[in-house]
Amino acid sequence: MESAEIYEQRNVHEVYQQIAEHFSSTRYKPWPIVERFLKELQPGSVGLDVGCGNGKYLTVNKDVFIVASDRSENLARIALQHQPHSTVVADIMDLPHRNAFFDFAISIAVVHHISTPARRVQAIAEILRTIRCGSETESGGKILIYAWALEQKNSRRGWDKGDPQDIMVPWIRKAKSTDDEPQTFNRYYHLYEEGELERDIDQAGGHVLESGYEKDNWWVIATPKFLS
Amino acid sequence: MKVITANFVTCSVKECKTSPSAFPLHFHDAELEMQELDFQPEFIRNVLPRIDWEALRVTANELGFPSLPESKPEGEALDDEQTLKDLHRLLLETQVMEGRLICGNCSHEYVLKEGIANFLLPSHLV
Repeated sequence: MESAEIYEQRNVHEVYQQIAEHFSSTRYKPWPIVERFLKELQPGSVGLDVGCGNGKYLTVNKDVFIVASDRSENLARIALQHQPHSTVVADIMDLPHRNAFFDFAISIAVVHHISTPARRVQAIAEILRTIRCGSETESGGKILIYAWALEQKNSRRGWDKGDPQDIMVPWIRKAKSTDDEPQTFNRYYHLYEEGELERDIDQAGGHVLESGYEKDNWWVIATPKFLS
Repeated sequence: MKVITANFVTCSVKECKTSPSAFPLHFHDAELEMQELDFQPEFIRNVLPRIDWEALRVTANELGFPSLPESKPEGEALDDEQTLKDLHRLLLETQVMEGRLICGNCSHEYVLKEGIANFLLPSHLV
């Protein structure tokens, strides 16, 4: 059997390289929870947007600095336009950032593309590793993780509790010109069930501060656990 | 890649994260370009406490800006508009468009192309 890395390379990374431009043109409205999280940050905070896509969250709060990263160079190039921030190409499993330094990180609609439970926990642990730890007297940095929910019976997809959680979801790239045909690309997703994201974060060494459901997604705000 | 970003990245290799010699990464064959951005003095003042000044001095030197003060401007020095403008120019407006970033611990090289650094590791280093 092929490794999870190669599976994700074919069923996630290569697809985003192909659909980057069309995907980006459909992603412009920030989700309210993400907007709130970013707006509540202290001016001068420095943080990460892991799996930034087209970088639509980089413009929400102009008083913070964000190092954005994406696995797809084509998406990272699109995100590069959002000043004064910076974008690099990086893999969530091996982030190029120092330990315990950053004030915040967001990773929106990213961990649901990772194909095994152990790798999903490892990815969250890798984000937590970069975050400033709290102490008895000072609160630590915070992460916001957002992932697609299994429970979304009112969405156009219509999945719900009890349905398969590991699925392929088609993306139909519209024709680029009149003599071009629309093309279908399948992306791998793991749909999170209620409580699962909190469990993954706990296993990854995070302490859940807040969690909820918004627009067919589960979200969690967490901080690295510290030993008292 | 902006100069400020070099202050917030290190080597992707796991073992290097805890090594002091992996930070900052070292620029080689850097080609620079200036990109004009709105000057926001408040932003520079706010972000400055999060800058590792020693690392910034190393980076600035490698890119050909050897005149950075020995210690980080603080207190009244931050009321001086020219100081903030100089920092704005160095941190945000100076872009490394092409070149390599090399880890001082494991010697791995990351390539910078058209303004973007690529931190993906070859499979034998993952």
